[in-house]
Parts: sequence; C-alpha cells; structure tokens
Amino acid sequence: MSIVGLFAQLLAVILALALAPLLTGWVNQWRAWLQNRRAPGLLQPYCVLHKLFNKESVVAEHASPIFRVAPYIMFGCMALACGIAPTLSTDLPLAPAADAIALVGLFALARVFISLAAMDIGTSFGTLGARREMLIGFLAEPALLMVLFSASLITQSTSLAMIVETLAHQPFAIYPSLAVAGVAFTMVSLAENARVPVDNPATHLELTMIHEALILEYSGRHLALVEWAASLKLFAYSCIGLALFVPWGVAEAGTPLAILFAIPMLVVKLAVGGVLLALIETINAKMRLFRVPEFLATAFLLAVIALLVHVLLGA
Amino acid sequence: MLVLDWILIVVAGWLALGFAGIAALRNTAFVARVLFPAGAVLAAALAGLAAAALAGTPETAVLALGLPDLPFHLRLDGLSAFFLLVIGATSVGISVFAAGYFRHGEGTPPGLMCLEYHLFLASMAMVVLADDAYAFMVMWETMALSSFFLVTANHRVPAIREAGFLYLLIAHIGAIGILLCFGVLQANTGDYTFANMRAQSLSPLWASAAFLLATLGFGAKAGILPLHVWLPEAHPAAPSPVSALMSAVMLKTAIYGLLRVSFDLLGAQQWWWGVLLLAVGLATALYGVVFSAVQTDMKRLLAYSSIENIGLLFVGIGLGVLFNAYGMKALSALALTAALYHVLAHAFFKSLLFLATGSVLHSTGERSLGKLGGLMRRMPWVAWLSLVGVLASSGLPPFSGFVSEWLLLQSFLFTTGLPDSFLNMMVPVLAAGIALVAALAGYTMVKFFGVIFLGQPREPKLADAHPASPLERAGLVWLGAGCVLLGLFPVAAIGLIDPVTQLLVGGGIAETVRANGWLLLSPSSPERASYSPLVFLLVVSVAVLLAVVLVRKFYHGRLRRAPAWDCGYPAQTARMQDSAEGFGQPIRQIFEPFFRMRRELPSPFDAKPHYRVTIEDHFWHWLYLPVARLTAGIARGVGRLQQGRIAIYLLYSFVTLMVLLLVVKS
Repeated sequence: MSIVGLFAQLLAVILALALAPLLTGWVNQWRAWLQNRRAPGLLQPYCVLHKLFNKESVVAEHASPIFRVAPYIMFGCMALACGIAPTLSTDLPLAPAADAIALVGLFALARVFISLAAMDIGTSFGTLGARREMLIGFLAEPALLMVLFSASLITQSTSLAMIVETLAHQPFAIYPSLAVAGVAFTMVSLAENARVPVDNPATHLELTMIHEALILEYSGRHLALVEWAASLKLFAYSCIGLALFVPWGVAEAGTPLAILFAIPMLVVKLAVGGVLLALIETINAKMRLFRVPEFLATAFLLAVIALLVHVLLGA
Repeated sequence: MLVLDWILIVVAGWLALGFAGIAALRNTAFVARVLFPAGAVLAAALAGLAAAALAGTPETAVLALGLPDLPFHLRLDGLSAFFLLVIGATSVGISVFAAGYFRHGEGTPPGLMCLEYHLFLASMAMVVLADDAYAFMVMWETMALSSFFLVTANHRVPAIREAGFLYLLIAHIGAIGILLCFGVLQANTGDYTFANMRAQSLSPLWASAAFLLATLGFGAKAGILPLHVWLPEAHPAAPSPVSALMSAVMLKTAIYGLLRVSFDLLGAQQWWWGVLLLAVGLATALYGVVFSAVQTDMKRLLAYSSIENIGLLFVGIGLGVLFNAYGMKALSALALTAALYHVLAHAFFKSLLFLATGSVLHSTGERSLGKLGGLMRRMPWVAWLSLVGVLASSGLPPFSGFVSEWLLLQSFLFTTGLPDSFLNMMVPVLAAGIALVAALAGYTMVKFFGVIFLGQPREPKLADAHPASPLERAGLVWLGAGCVLLGLFPVAAIGLIDPVTQLLVGGGIAETVRANGWLLLSPSSPERASYSPLVFLLVVSVAVLLAVVLVRKFYHGRLRRAPAWDCGYPAQTARMQDSAEGFGQPIRQIFEPFFRMRRELPSPFDAKPHYRVTIEDHFWHWLYLPVARLTAGIARGVGRLQQGRIAIYLLYSFVTLMVLLLVVKS
C-alpha cells in the first residue's frame, strides 16, 4: 500500500460521493430534453438532498430498528462499492478486501436490508415492493456474476482492479465474449438501478412501482440517504461498466500523474454514458412486471453465452 | 492416554446421561436443568478434543463390543476429527437450547427424550469413528433408529407417525446401498475392516459400482434428488432441537460417509464420478431452493433449504473428485475446502434457524407463516439472532455462508486447464447455476425473516407471544457467534480444514492462504482473487458511523413517530400485508414446471371467496406412488397364495418337493 494508493482511494470515494447526484441530475436532464420537456437544473438532486436532510424524519409507529438502520447500511454498502470499483486508478488499497464476487454480495446485502425495511412497516405497498425488488434481484444477480466471470476468465483474476489493469494496459484487442457480456451488463444495470424499461424512477403508480414502493415510508434524512445511495449505486454500476468495457484512461499503479488525467477521462465517459442511458430510457416503454423475468433471463443467457464464447474461442 | 480414549469417555458420558434420564423419567426439571446442560459440557469437550486431534497422527482402538470374533475397530484421523468437531461445536448450542425447550405436555416423557437424544449424539460420534463396516453399520442404524424415535416424539399425531415411517423407510433404502457398497469394497476377502478395503485395488467397473452404491446410500441420508422427500416431512414433525440436530449434524454424517468411501477407501477415482455428483448436486440445490421459496410452513421452508445446501455440498465434492481424478491436487483441495467450509457454516446457521423456529413455535403455537408476523417487537433476541442466521444462509458478506460460496465459485473459475475440452467448457457454465441458487436462497430467506419477524402481527393472539427463555437465548447466541466468527476469520477456519484435505487428496490451501496474511483470504495469490471480511465490515461500519455522525452534526437528529403513510390509504389492516403465499407467487409463476400445482379460484359471485393453491412434489407422482402401487400389487398377488387352510399349504410343500426332485433327477 502506497501513499499514492491511499490518496487515490480517498479521492475515488470522495469523488463518487460528490459526483453521484450530479450523474443522476445529468441523466434526468437529458431524459427531459429527449422527451421534449423543460429540464430541471443539473444541480437539482443536490437541492433535493439538502431539503430532505433539513426535514424531520417521520417513522411509522411500529417500525423496528431495522427500518432505521437500513438506509445507513445501504449507504455504507454503496460507499464501499464505489471504493472498490476502479474508477480512477487500479492501485486501490481497498481492492483486495472485496473482489467481483464480493461486490455482487455487497449489492445483495444492501438489497436484502432495504427489502426487510420495506416489510418492516407491514403495509401492502411496502411488502409488494419488497417482493418485486427481491424478484428482480435474484434474476439480476446471477447475470451480473456471469458478466463478471467472463471478464475474470479473460484476465485470470476476480479482482476488479486486476481485471481493469489487464484489460486496459495491453495491446488493443476486441473480445467477442466481452461484447456479448456488455449487452447483458447493460440490461442488468437497467434492472438493478430501477430504470425504464424495468422500473420507472419517477412513478408512484401502484401497479408498476418497484423501487418507489420499497422506500414509500421513508422521509427526511432516511429518504435522503436512500436517494443518495441509489445514485451511488448508479454511479458504481456505470463505473464498473466503463471499467470493464471501455477501460482506457484508468491510471496504472505507481503513476500518480495519470490520476490527474484519469479524472477528466472519467467525467467524459460518464457524461457520454449518462446520455446513452437517457436515450435508452426514452426510446423504450416500461414493460409489464411479468415480462421482467423474460428480460432478465435473456440477460442471464447472454452472459452465459459470453462465458461459452470465451471458452470456445479462447478470447 | 490417547485423544481417542478421551473421546470415548465423552461418548460414554453421553450414554450415562441418557440412562440417568431413564432413571428420572418424568422429572422435567432434573432432565432440563441438569442432564441437558451436562450434555452441552460434554459436547464442548468433544469439540475441544476433536480440534486437538485434527492435525495429529491417526489413532486406532479395538473395542471388545459386538459379536465374539467381530470387535469394533475405531480410528481417529483428520476426517473423523473434523466431523467430530462439527458434531461437538453445533450440539453445544443445541443442547443448551434444548435445556430450555423441552417442557411438559409433549408425547414422549422428558427422561426418554433425554435418552434418545444422547443416544443419537453418541451414535453420530461413533459413526465417524468406526473403522470397519460392521461397527459403521451398527452405529448408522442406531443413529437412524434413535432419530426416528426423536422425530415421532409427539406420536399421538397421525401425520407425525407417517412422517417418521417415511423417514425410516428411506433411511433403510440408503442403508442397503451402504451395506452393498461395503460388500463390493472388501473384494471377496471376507475382511470388512476399512484398512483391508483401503488395501484392495478394485477394477474400474467394481470401483464404479461401489461408488454408485455409496452415492445412493449416503445420498438417501443426505436428501439428494430424488430421495429427498423425507426431509420436508420429518423435519417439521420433529421437535425443533431434533430438527436442528438432524439437519445440521446428521445430514453431515452422510457427507462424511461419501468422502470416506470415495476419497479414502476407493483409491483411484474416475472423472465421471465427479460429473455425476456435480449434476446431481446442482439439480438438488436448484430443486430445493425453488421449493423452499414457495413453502408456507416455516420448518418445511428450512427443510427444503437444507436440501439446497446438501446439493451445494455435493457440487463441491463433485468438483473435488473431478479435479482429483485428473491429478490436479491443489484445485481438488480448493473445492473440498469450499465444501467442508460449507459443512461448518451450514451446521451453525441451519441449527440456529431451526431453533429460532422452535422458540417462535413455543411462544405462539403457530408454524404456519400465514399466521405470524411482527414478532421482532415481542421476541427481539430471537429476531436479531435469526437475522444473523438468515444473512449467513443467504450467502451475504461478511457472514459465514458467503465464504463457502466464494470459495466454491473460485474453484469453478479455476477450472480452465482440465484435459477434457468439453468439461473445460461446461464446468464454468455450471457456476451460473450456483449463482442462481445463491440468489434464490436470498429471496427465500428474506421471505422467512420478513414474514415471521417483521410487519404487523397477522393474528390477535400474537400480542401474547412471550420472549424466549434465557437458556434458549444462550443456545442461539452460541450458534449466532459461530456464524459471525466463521464469516470474519476464514483464514483460521481454513486451518481447521487443511488436515482433512491433506488426508483426502494430499494437498491443501492453508499454506498459501496463511502466506497472504491472516487478514486476507486468497486461495492462490491476491492478484488473482482475494476477500477480506474484516476490512469489508470495517469499511461499511465506518461509512455507516460517519453518515450517522455527519448527518447529526450538519443537520439534526429529529424524529417523529406517526401512523404508517402507505400512499395515504386510510384503512389498513394486518391482513393486507403480503402473505407467505403472495411472496412465493413470482417463483410459482417463473418456475411453474417444477411444481405439481392445483389452483382453486373463487368466482366473482362467491359470498365467501376462497383461494386455494396446492403445491406438490412431482417425484411423488413420478416415482414414489408408482413404486408404492407396484409393491401393493405384488403383495396382493403373493397374498393369493395365502389361503389359510393347512391342506393348501401341504399341497404347496408337496408340489415344491416334486419340482425339486425333478430338478435333481434331470
């Protein structure tokens, strides 16, 4: 562990915490523009967070402590996820603590806690949301794991930092398996981040809501933390996707100056990714809930095919 | 004195406690306050002795029990010591819990229960110590019979008697398989000691026959497809400490037997054995978890979850056999380590969950998930400790289940390099199945915990639920601590497993793991794969604490309690929560072909609408009922011979004699 590594680690986490709401704002802005609406300001998510933190928290009378700790645990998990995703540099002191499999476990841990919190109040919407969230989770999780496995088999490592190190700093090569895995990853990310066509982050229509039904009872600082954690999750997913499929620009170990170059690269990549996400959300309609398993099963199969392609072609 | 002698003293102590129970047949206070805690102390001693014997040289003894020229041969080596450790460490918690659990009013008197319980423990310990087929089979049958009587403790309920007989039947089908397997292994020498079996080198055909018989025999005890049907019947029927003991420990003796036969007694292995175990294991795991997700009885749910975990163990052993058959010692050791780690982890979290259901059952009198809810406020200890078990069982970091899942997935990822290109291709793909099973396990466990402990009570009587007694809590705390420690200190736990893999395949991963430091779990090199639960926990906790402190500092910590909002919907009742059926509905829909499902839907004009869905196991209709019909048919046919008149029977004798004379003449 080097001082530079420690610095890069801290910088990555702080950058993620600071930039994640901006990414959400950017996607929302583009979505509005593409749908011919007037867009909210780029900094709108920060204003919302500030407002929510100032507000009093209202908690249901019979809520147990699980309801109150869940937002913090979700936030902590997402902070760690942003810490181990190689956003700026591959020389991360935290990277050995959790590899790709542990990362999937980390997302699952956050999902389990927020679902339990939703069941805790015992309202019809909360339990409905918990059930749907776990449904999407159990379908998306294996697909995500298979995507990460395809990359692991290419690089002979499950450590995210090593995967990116190997993919980014070697002669340019196109891996057919990674191309297929990329499609699967995009589908999984849409589902996991409650995006159209799986879920709509801007709906409170009871028949269709998933993520919103989960967090219906939250208010004040708890809601702020959940929202922040949700944008951190989007940020972490985007960073992992970028690191796996467009890894160029991430700083190698022992090159402190490259980090300075990595920041603008990351911002540019995220900006482009955000526009693409808004575009996907605009040109797709939200699907019925019972089509979601088909959608995610397709992602799962694509990820398995990616694995097979790698084993067959050796690439 | 040898460690083995001390272990025998512990076993004898258990038996003495059992007979003391007979002496005080109806003295519940004495049995509960003295005998069961004493049993827990002996269990702790057994765990300590086993840990001491793990790395030691094998010890043998001959007990002059049994038939005159057939004494019991006993042997304590790394493999038996590891399983003795599992038996001891888990039963400490279960015995302490049982001390607070067994009360008046259940079928079998407490003293008899105490005898059966300790006989069960002693026979399991002796099964893993046995060093000849005779001792093994005697102990195996003692184990089956004592557990049968424990399962049917409440024998006045017909359903419980039926469950017990089903269990006994399948246990004996398994026992026949094991007996025949030993018959093949001794290779016509007439010497049934394990030492002789090790010395024999069977032809590939006979070795495969022995392996298949062992898989059938031990698989029946472990509950692999399609011999799993007794688990969901017997586990709910038994009192909770017994279900915990059966699921956490007894199923593991079957795993022990499979490892003993396939690695130790059979010398050379064939690659297709591994593939067979892999396929059977994966099918069992998937089947178990899908059924587990739709159950509405909390103990049946856990029983199916045990089937799933046994499947995962078979997958790990299958990978171990596959690698070992190709001479890849290090990879085989990794896969076996994953399986053995899961043995430990499952023993702790599953007994914790079964015992928690026992507390809930005692406190509320309900086993059906549809009539529970909101118990977190009434039984906080049980709820929080169950949460630990649930998280470990879902395979979430930083708890114990995740470590074994992680190791298993790592051993799948390391497969590239098998000499057979088809296997090379298929095996990593099977990891997808493991990932699916693990994710579904999380779904099931959220349902289990959420429906029992969270939400609002679904029945008015739940308001009277009383918290668990101090001894029950103490037992749960021990098991919960096991889940946490196994999750946080994997490097130390792998040190316990290493002697076993050294014994089985002549390699281990502990040296590599230790070389990477105690903080970091890394089976080859940190560049390749690593996981550190302590750092993981530390970072998440620091982030959580920082969030709490900073929010308080920069904003405020004000909180107001108010009725639940629920989108402003005014009239809410506890009946409007999602039920266990509702939570299982997506699984029923997605995995429809798995179930034999009957739905009765209400018509729009019903004054009292009823919605009924019955879910059955296909295997009953595909396998068991046809076999039962066939047996009944044959029995009826044979029954025609029985006329009840002496003249007819004399005629039979006469005809038989004539036929025999003809045969002899020609």
